[in-house]
Parts: sequence; structure tokens; C-alpha cells
Amino acid sequence: MKTMLAIISNALCRITGKNAGAQTVSELLVDLSEYVNLTSPQAAAPAAPTARRLPPKPPPASAAHLVSTQTGRPDGPGARVVVSRSLSDFTPQATFDIKKCDLHSLEAGPPEKAELTREQGLQYYHTMQMVRRMELKADQLYKQKIIRGFCHLYDGQEACAAGIEAAINPSDHLITAYRAHGYTYTRGVSVKEILAELTGRKGGVAKGKGGSMHMYAPHFYGGNGIVGAQVPLGAGIALACQYQGNNQICVTLYGDGAANQGQLFETFNMAALWKLPCVFICENNKYGMGTSVERASASTDYYKRGDFIPGLRVDGMDVLCVREATKFAADHCRAGKGPIIMELQTYRYHGHSMSDPGVSYRTREEIQEVRSKSDPISMLKERMLGANMASVEEFKEIDIEIRKEVEESAQFATSDPEPPLEELCNHIFSNSPPLEVRGTNPWSKLKSVS
Amino acid sequence: MATSLKCLLRSGKEAAAAPAVGDANRDLAAIQVTVRDALNQALDEELERDERVFLLGEEVAQYDGAYKMGFTGIAVGAAMAGLRPICEFMTFNFSMQAIDQVINSAAKTYYMSAGQQPVPIVFRGPNGASAGVAAQHSQCFAAWYAHCPGLKVVSPWNAEDARGLLKTAIRDDNPVVFLENELMYGVPFEMSEESLSKDFTIPIGKAKIERQGAHITLVSHSRMVGHCLDAAAVLAKEGIDCEVINLRTIRPLDVECIEGSVMKTNHLVTVEGGWPQFGVGAEICARVMEGSAFNYLDAPVTRVTGVDIPMPYAKILEDNSVPQIKDIIFSVKKTLGV
Repeated sequence: MKTMLAIISNALCRITGKNAGAQTVSELLVDLSEYVNLTSPQAAAPAAPTARRLPPKPPPASAAHLVSTQTGRPDGPGARVVVSRSLSDFTPQATFDIKKCDLHSLEAGPPEKAELTREQGLQYYHTMQMVRRMELKADQLYKQKIIRGFCHLYDGQEACAAGIEAAINPSDHLITAYRAHGYTYTRGVSVKEILAELTGRKGGVAKGKGGSMHMYAPHFYGGNGIVGAQVPLGAGIALACQYQGNNQICVTLYGDGAANQGQLFETFNMAALWKLPCVFICENNKYGMGTSVERASASTDYYKRGDFIPGLRVDGMDVLCVREATKFAADHCRAGKGPIIMELQTYRYHGHSMSDPGVSYRTREEIQEVRSKSDPISMLKERMLGANMASVEEFKEIDIEIRKEVEESAQFATSDPEPPLEELCNHIFSNSPPLEVRGTNPWSKLKSVS
Repeated sequence: MATSLKCLLRSGKEAAAAPAVGDANRDLAAIQVTVRDALNQALDEELERDERVFLLGEEVAQYDGAYKMGFTGIAVGAAMAGLRPICEFMTFNFSMQAIDQVINSAAKTYYMSAGQQPVPIVFRGPNGASAGVAAQHSQCFAAWYAHCPGLKVVSPWNAEDARGLLKTAIRDDNPVVFLENELMYGVPFEMSEESLSKDFTIPIGKAKIERQGAHITLVSHSRMVGHCLDAAAVLAKEGIDCEVINLRTIRPLDVECIEGSVMKTNHLVTVEGGWPQFGVGAEICARVMEGSAFNYLDAPVTRVTGVDIPMPYAKILEDNSVPQIKDIIFSVKKTLGV
């Protein structure tokens, strides 16, 4: 291992022209990526930040919390390269240009610049990366047949969940359809409880009784299996907010596949009539199961489909864009102006569900292109690195920490016992005396408690 | 905006002239109240009792509208977020469009969430055959809803049933399907002072023996209870003594009450307005067979039901599509072998 690192280090030094031993491997790799950018054809670059990127400085000798740099001394699996730097090295806050939103029946839209603090950036990164790794772990467990039934994965769409949560309060409400694991996490449920619910164990957030599409938390109403049914429910939750006068809003999500359903238009009508504080959000990931939006909809301007309800179309791969748009929409509702529609243009890397490979109706090239050019996590990371808001090592630290948490959660999810049979009939009714439930045959009399 | 919406939802129907139920009239032993008035009074009282209770639906308050799936879903969502909606269907036939929200969003949610998310909602409206409204507006949904775990299904007959069961349904923290009957709305019944008190409730899941008898048990719900009592009066003259049970609740079924009666009379006839196949009577037969009362039967159970056809329009055809008193009398005699 020691010689391996030395070999790599030397190779990198030759390519980048730096002095061997003067820098750590990670710093060399960063320089290498810069070198590659300079010599390869211009790719679409992310919006340039206002602060100029500086190469990372070597650690100051006086720093109290220096950790040993390890160009030649790895210990443990995988050489961990840690460089400690004082926080004063980093830019605490930066402003980024974000894409302008298309507007429908609105005089003005969200701002075209977003402010980001270092803390926020790291937090959004953490959230998105956690969702990403959790979904990939679920993919793995599903292929091992430890998760069964429905499993609709969210990887690629992380900026939507993270951006929305960043713009609303925990006391606001949120409801979505079945691609819900990301939102279950952002609304406060641990990865452990989510994975254990997917594996059907008693430690799952719904004690194993709900599964992938039926996870709940305070002010999070799932997780709904019937396409489109969650939209009137969301308006009902908004009705309750208005009725109770608590200044809360309800974010109601649906997909491009559900966007043509009749009950949505019934709901839009009532929400507009009663000025319900409901933010309707269409996550347009371009495919409703295997049907592309062009084949499914006479109009693919989903942000305009509310007709008399104002709307905006948002870059759903940019967490800052999502955040600013959601803030704008939430303010609109809280001001009593009634409902509003947001269309988030996003993309899912996986197929519709685990039984859909996802390549019969779209090309691998298309998926690859989105991954390389518009990945939400990479975009945020590059922005922050470009603005010197964090270091490569920090992101790596976060990745390692996330990987560990997801691994431990998966461990729990595979080892936790299934719910006991005594639980079978419980939770039929709320706040009711125990009742008898017929089993599979007349002599089987089971008990149900609230 | 919030206050005006509140008013809109809580004002209920235009206040029809209701008899003065209170003050001086309380001194009288009993008072005549139509089923419609009993329902409206119960609604008024429950709206006043709990701020969170409100009305939503087709042609309620000042809102004229027919957006069934939409408003049913909105009602369920409001129930999830802490309110206690009473969702009214113009008839339960329209609920078929919204049935996904009733079953998948309301009935199953408490279970799917392992107890985290209750749904305190009442779905009410006229159910079953009316008069001259033909096939698409005459179906009985008792069997459809009673099939599903997670729902409570009640079917009141008289004014006292309507009042007590509606109050209980509204105060219940679970989804309750409240099946009314349009032909019963205008029928007056005597109501005792006790049944007119503000906290008068009838427990869900308990049937009532409307008439004690020794020779045969008649089990029924809703409008057919009245038919059974009329049949019993005629049969009494011929020396046949009928016990008439008013189910009041379809799910959970009060099997104990039925079994107790059968163990006394040894004969059972079920009477319902709905279609025969997979219906309320079918369920009662199965339950009696599985339980302790089976050995007490001196004859197989007889089901009296609506005719197994879509409801026709012409009066003579419609009249012959639902059980008449003569059908009940005939079936009783056949079951008794007389």
C-alpha cells in the first residue's frame, strides 16, 4: 500500500509538474482535475461563482488541530488522507447565479441569485448525499431480495427534496406519492427506520406494516400508493391549516404521470376558489413509468396546467434554485394569495421502480449525460469548491460518515426481527376498545388493539 | 379568509323549520321528529360542541358543487391534519367515484402507519333505493363498504337511530360510513326526552331488538326494519310471533344479538334492500353457521333481498324490485313451514 501511494504520487507529480512530496495525494488529484479541465474541450461549466478559486494552501504549522498527513503511512483499510485547516481559510458565504424560472400568471418570480453559507452548503450536501446513498443501498438490498414488493428510488432527484425542506418550516406539511424515501428522510425519519421499514422489520418507521409507499412522520403524510390521490389530500391538509389559522402551508407533490388526472383539476379548482395555502409541486422527471412526457401529455408545460393558478418552472437539479422557488411559493401562500404550482424539472437515474431497468424507453447515453452534467450533488460540491467554501477532504469526510451511517442502518435493517404475529391485527381503529378479528378460519379469533 | 371559510363550512344546510325541541316541549313525554330533523339537529349540536367539526360536500352550506373525488380527498386530508370533517354525498352512488379516497386514503391509513395517523371522518348520505331515480341512483352500498377493514358502517332506521348514531359517528376517531335513506327522511318518529339530550349517543356495533318475539327472528337494517315490523303486526294476527332486530350497525355486525335471538326462536330471516349476492344477509348466514347458534336452527336461514337486477324506472317495476311486506310474510311462513 505504501509503495502504491508513492507510485501514484509520483505519477501525479509528473503529470501536473509539481514537486514530489510537496503536496498530499488529494491535493495532487485536485490539481490533476484542474489540468484535465484545461486540456479537454469546453464542457458546460456550472455558473461561475463570484469568488475566484484558489488552490488549497498547505496546512499552517501553528494549527493546533493538525492531523498527520499520510503520503506514506496508511493505516487501516483505504488510505485516509486528512488535512486539517483552520476555518478562516474558507469563504463563509457566497452568492451564486441561479437559473431564471419560467413564469405563468406571475408578474415577478424568485430571485436570480441565491446566497449560501458554508454551513447551509454542507448541510444540503449532507442531506442529498445521505438520500443518494440510502437509495443506492436500497437498490442493493432489493437485488439481494431482502427488500421486496414496491421500491421506487429517488436518486437523481435529491435537490428537490433537499431544496424544498430548506425553504419550509418543520411545522409546515408535506405529502407526496410513492417515490417517497427522500422526503421521509428530509421530514425527519432516520435512515435506519426507513431501511428497516423497507425490509419489513419491527424497527421500521411503520413497524413493518407499511412498506416503501406508506411511511409517515409528524406533518408528513406519506407515501401514497394511488397515483394522484395525494393531491386532494394535500389540499385538505392546506384547508386544515387555513381553518386553524396557523400560518402553515402544505406542499403537495405529484409527478408528470399524475399531472393529467381528473382529481388534480378538481382539486385545483377548489384550492383556487377557497385560496388554500397549498404549494402544488410537479416533479417532472420526464417519464411517467415508461412513457415520456411528449407521449403522455398534450401540454408538457406542467407549470401552466393550473390555468387560473399561477405557476413557475424551476431547475430541479439545482438545490439553490429549488430552495429559492419554494421560498417564493411559500411566501405567496402565506400572504393569502391562494395556491401556486411549481414544476421542478428533474431526473431519476433508476427506472420507475426496481422492476424497471429504465433503459427500454430512454438511452444509457441520456442517463449518463445527466449524471455527468447535471448531477445535483456534484453541482453543489463544485460550486462550493469553486468558491472555496469547503475542501475536498471535508466532503470526503462527510461521505465517509454517511457511508458508515447507511451501512449501520442496513445492518440494523437486515438483522432486526420481523414484527411479532401478535401485532398482525393491531391498529385497525384509533382510540377504540379492543376487538376480535376473524382469522383465516372460523376458529381463529385474533385480537386487535388500538 | 380563514373565518369566512369556517362560516361557510359550518353553517350547514339552510335551517329548515324544525319543531321546537326544547323548553316547554320537554315536559311532554315524547315528541314527533322526522329523521331529517333528527339528523340536522344532531349536526348542529355536534358542530357547536367541537370547533374542529365541519361540513363539506355536494350542496352543503352555500357551496353548490359536484367534484366528488376532489372534495372527498380534501375531506380526508383535513381529517389527517386535525379537523373532523363530515363529508356529505348527495347519494352514495356518487361515492363510487370517490371510493378510492374512502378506502385507500381513509380506511387503511391508521393500519399502514402502525397507529401514527388516525382519520376521524364521517361519510354520510342517502343510500339504496329511492323513488323513480332509476338504476344509477338506487344502489345499496352497505355490502361494499362493510367488506373493508378499517371502516365502521352504520345504517340507522328511525329518528332516534339517526340522532344517536350520527353523534357517535362524529365523535369517533375513525372513518365511519353513515348510510341514510332518502325515503325515511320525511318520516316522523316519537323521540323520548332522553334521546333528545345533547349527549345522547348510540354505541356503534350494537343492534336493537325492536320487537320481542318467540317463533322467528327477523334481522334487518334501515327502511326494511319498518317493513319487518309491519309484517310482524300482520303475522301476529295469525298467531306467529316475530322478534325484529334492527341491526343499526353493519360493520361491526352484532352477531351476539342475532345468535342470542336465534337460540330462542330457532328460525332466522334476514331482510335487506340490497342485492342478494355477497350481501348483508349472506354474511349473517355465514356467521350464524360458524357460531354457537347453528345447532339451534330448525331450518336454513332465509334471505329476503332486492331483486338481482339494476333498478328499473317504471313504478310497477320499481315496486317489484325491492322487498315488500308480503314478501317478508311469505318468507316467514316458508321458513316456519306453515
